[in-house]
Amino acid sequence: MTKSLDLELAAATKRYGDTIAVDAVTHRFHAGSYSCLLGPSGCGKSSTLRMIAGHETASSGDILLSGVNITDLPPARRGTAMMFQNYALFPHLNVIDNVAFSQKMKGIAKPVRLKKAGELLELVDMHAYADRLPSQLSGGQQQRVALARALITEPSVLLLDEPLSALDPFLRIRMRLELKRLQRELGISFIHVTHSQDEALALADDIIVMNHGRIEQAGAPRAVFNTPATEFVARFIGGHNVLREQGGPIALRADRLKLGRRPENAHLTAQVKDIEYLGATVNLTLDAGSAGDLTAAVSDETFFHDPVDIGVTVFLSWNAEDAHRLAA
Amino acid sequence: MTDQTLSPEATVAAPPAHAIARKPVSDAVAGWLLSLPLAGVLLFFLVLPILMIVVVSFWGATEFSIYPAFQFDNYEFLLTSPVTYQVFFNTVKYALITWAITLVIGFTVAYFLAFHVRSLTWQVVLFLLCTIPFWTSNIIRMISWIPFLGRNGIANSTLISMGVIDEPLEWLLFSDFSVILAFVHLYTLFMVVPIFNTMMRIDKSLIEAAYDNGASGFQTLVNVIIPLTKPGIMIGSIFVITLVMGDFITVRFMSGSQKANVGRLISNDIALLQYPSAAATAVILLITVLIVIAILLRFVDIRKEL
Repeated sequence: MTKSLDLELAAATKRYGDTIAVDAVTHRFHAGSYSCLLGPSGCGKSSTLRMIAGHETASSGDILLSGVNITDLPPARRGTAMMFQNYALFPHLNVIDNVAFSQKMKGIAKPVRLKKAGELLELVDMHAYADRLPSQLSGGQQQRVALARALITEPSVLLLDEPLSALDPFLRIRMRLELKRLQRELGISFIHVTHSQDEALALADDIIVMNHGRIEQAGAPRAVFNTPATEFVARFIGGHNVLREQGGPIALRADRLKLGRRPENAHLTAQVKDIEYLGATVNLTLDAGSAGDLTAAVSDETFFHDPVDIGVTVFLSWNAEDAHRLAA
Repeated sequence: MTDQTLSPEATVAAPPAHAIARKPVSDAVAGWLLSLPLAGVLLFFLVLPILMIVVVSFWGATEFSIYPAFQFDNYEFLLTSPVTYQVFFNTVKYALITWAITLVIGFTVAYFLAFHVRSLTWQVVLFLLCTIPFWTSNIIRMISWIPFLGRNGIANSTLISMGVIDEPLEWLLFSDFSVILAFVHLYTLFMVVPIFNTMMRIDKSLIEAAYDNGASGFQTLVNVIIPLTKPGIMIGSIFVITLVMGDFITVRFMSGSQKANVGRLISNDIALLQYPSAAATAVILLITVLIVIAILLRFVDIRKEL
């Protein structure tokens, strides 16, 4: 599989009548990277993915893969492959015929295509289930088959539409690791649509946060998490408090908020509203009056060294370098 | 590898013991009781009449009376007469041709409704449009073909005035053509409905997945849509084949009593008060239709659909 195949969106736009689903999105997906399109539902992330896949025609703008304009090519001739949200396995075909489907469409002889499909099933560890029908498989197994079916076309970019949302939480974390491993081994680009910030942070080399059809922020997970560009990103990525100060809003990580019993050097005064014990950390919901509700994440050690009760007044402070200024 | 995170025992909780003890009747008995009314209705209105027909088919008849007996005269006469085979052949011929035509038209209409009409409102409107012919009775719909297809009917006079033909086409009416035309007109909807129903249940992302895998429109039709529509096709086929094989009035009207099928054979016997003979013919017809359906069911498991 060839490398150095960047995928580029140039002012890609999708309109449905008067509504703009994707508003002139420009972004370069680096070859061999794992990118996550992250955002709330209706933010345009799925439409962006479907435009890249060729299942939606772009209203304007261009999509380029390794310098070739693929905007108007049919889905199968773009060098992309899509894994659908509900996997979209053909219910009347068994596992191996599902995987071999694209080869059958190309008119490749049966023994050749079944051998190739067998190799792909080996890759996703589903060889033992080759003769089963999709309805006889669990969600995680169906997903592996869907992966194999997408990968048999030898795409340079694999598109995944909320691939983990149909799985139960335990399985979700396991498949997450496998997706990442597979991407590393194959060395092709994965573009993964999700509304879960955990998933994006855990998987991505590159996070693209979208809202209202626009990219709010794009960058490495650490950069997006530590230095959110806008209030929307700070709130959506989670673990941040947004405070209004003179000169604009600032974002402050919940785990950088320091609680004290004395008013000296305190920036804010707050009342404890709720206490949530989460194992390694304890989350405190604080009512800071005009500053609104804030969240403080305290390590369990610190908390139980000097526990506070609901209703107690605490004094909040933080280091100046932890306060991160947001675009207004 | 296993994706099972919970053992089946853990997910299916056993009902508490006291709940079982309190039940007045067991599940098995309750099941039998619940199925009793329908079983009764079927017994009285389906099984008993068929049994009666079978019994009467062994009776004897003279010109003016019928008498209970157990003899094979009716069957012997039926199965040795060349007319019977000719009429059965005709019946099967009507059924097969009508089936083929209604299948092509029905599939096309259903495909258009399910995959080309995007909005649900238009799907409903166009679907209702298909049912408009059913707002009048069968007989009226049949008879209305007669002035259209007749010797001096609209079809012939239009073709003559357009210069396509010089003299009226004789085969338009009172022929196999007109019989099959009426059958197609009457029964295409019975093909459209089940096929449309199955097509609407096909997940649209399967079609996209097929395109994503490089299938052309035609390949998607053959490899994805037709296999997934099979149950609907089978149900429609059973409707059309049984209706056509059991029909007698359409054949009588549209052929001007010049063609025969098994239904007409039975109706003639009844008109002549030859009930035992009519019963024997009915039994043979029933067996034929059951064999046809059994063959169809070999191809597709329609239980998945029901």
